[in-house]
Amino acid sequence: MNTESVLFYLFAAILVFASGMVVTVKNSVYAALWLVLAFFTTAGVWLLLEAEFLAITLVLVYVGAVMVLFLFVVMMLDIDIAPLKEGFTRYLPIGLLIGAVIVIEIVIIVGPERFGLEAMPAPIPHAADYSNTKELGRLLYIDYVYPFELAAVILVLAIIAAIVLTLRPKRWSKFVAVEKQLEAKSSDRVRVVKMPSEKKKH
Amino acid sequence: MLEQIDNLLSVFPEVVQTLIWIILKILVIVIPVSLSVAYITLAERKVISYIQVRIGPNRVGPRGLLQPIADGLKLIMKETIIPSNANKILFIIAPVLAFVPAIAAFAVIPFDEGMILADIDAGILYVLAMTSMGVYGIIIAGWASNSKYAFLSAIRSAAQIVSYEIAMGFALVCVLMAGGSLNLVDIVNAQQGSIIHWFWIPLFPMFIVYFLSGVAETNRSPFDVAEGESELVAGFHVEYSSMTFSVFFLAEYSAMILIALLTSLMFLGGWLSPFQGIPLLEELFAWVPGIVWLLLKTSIFLFLFLWFRATFPRFRYDQIMRLGWKVFIPLTIVWIVVLGVAVLAGLGPWFD
Repeated sequence: MNTESVLFYLFAAILVFASGMVVTVKNSVYAALWLVLAFFTTAGVWLLLEAEFLAITLVLVYVGAVMVLFLFVVMMLDIDIAPLKEGFTRYLPIGLLIGAVIVIEIVIIVGPERFGLEAMPAPIPHAADYSNTKELGRLLYIDYVYPFELAAVILVLAIIAAIVLTLRPKRWSKFVAVEKQLEAKSSDRVRVVKMPSEKKKH
Repeated sequence: MLEQIDNLLSVFPEVVQTLIWIILKILVIVIPVSLSVAYITLAERKVISYIQVRIGPNRVGPRGLLQPIADGLKLIMKETIIPSNANKILFIIAPVLAFVPAIAAFAVIPFDEGMILADIDAGILYVLAMTSMGVYGIIIAGWASNSKYAFLSAIRSAAQIVSYEIAMGFALVCVLMAGGSLNLVDIVNAQQGSIIHWFWIPLFPMFIVYFLSGVAETNRSPFDVAEGESELVAGFHVEYSSMTFSVFFLAEYSAMILIALLTSLMFLGGWLSPFQGIPLLEELFAWVPGIVWLLLKTSIFLFLFLWFRATFPRFRYDQIMRLGWKVFIPLTIVWIVVLGVAVLAGLGPWFD
């Protein structure tokens, strides 16, 4: 076994364990942190596949930004766990059934006959000066430029929709226009009065 | 000396040899960084003292030069206190998580031509990914301390860092458009020529945005609402003592050095001599190694960090958010468009 496969099995083992912990731990903050570890090890596996740009972007976007916001929300939640656990045994059989169906479906689609080593051989190792980033840019901006732009438009739509949904009229908040704040001068607010000091009368 | 080490190591198998070499190289980076951190704390106290017409630390050693060592010893001797209701594991892990990304980012920093630990193709992205991970230390510290002050600080810090990261990322997009590469060595080499070829002139607004976002990302004054001693006592590290506390400081100051290094690499020509292209001075200063220029440029930015702290009052929280979202991000997006037009029109190499 060469170093590469040792590293792969190490990363894969950590990844599977961390993903398992995400869905089994009780504390939601722990779950989010395990998910961070899962993303991080996924990036490691991608590095082994020579997808360095994607691996670093995964860490940058998901670990660096998305999960921070996740934690932000999760830390402020105050969930009472007990009511959520009610009826666990009652729903267990149907849960198991749905779980089994999903597993079977996944195996049918990404089973070894389609994603085995014969169907998906390991990528040909490239020379050290091969630029993964350039290749990806070429694919995205030349071969798939229209789907890429379409995806961008859809995302912008989603952003605008989110902003419109959460927009509050100004009278709901104690908002002061920044221009007005900046225009404020001390001379408008404080009047310095000069007067001679009074003398004691004898 | 390098050959002697190589001979010494030749008894080991090849994998172990490369491993030992990499560890040695890491030590060559990490030890000077830690020492610089120690002396930046002294420089900070001295600079701020002189700005405030005081003398500053001058008791330990000649002119107070041994003060950081005394401080370090003092911190080591103190007791590590773990609050009774704190989450013990995360409480201990948090400072480590703050420190590791700050140091890991140094792996792709070129200190001179060929003086780099890992010359990877997507260097800038790697640095951005590492610096964005530093916030976990703060968030986890704030949550695990089980203290309201620490928790408020963690939330402030998370929101602040996520907002400023966007502006920082867009500023980096401008740099890589101008440099034509994600690799830091290529970016520095794209600035060859003279002082006016450095990216600080064509990308001047980005230069300012990047450095100020860097100040915000490292939680330094005037953006240090996460620490804000007047309202949150000390913020996320309010429950920390002894070495756990000092590791947070190591992380903060290493991140400062990193931001200063990156700003000088991307906007001030890195290790390139400022006298390049000037007839007489260029030959006169040709003997100066590139790393000296890089460290001099870095020191300018480190001084700016200290100067800011002594000069500006702390931002109000909503004003920080406004600056990030409504000023920096639109400015960077506009500049990307301007730069795109410039690249399309075939302007650049700049100012020839």
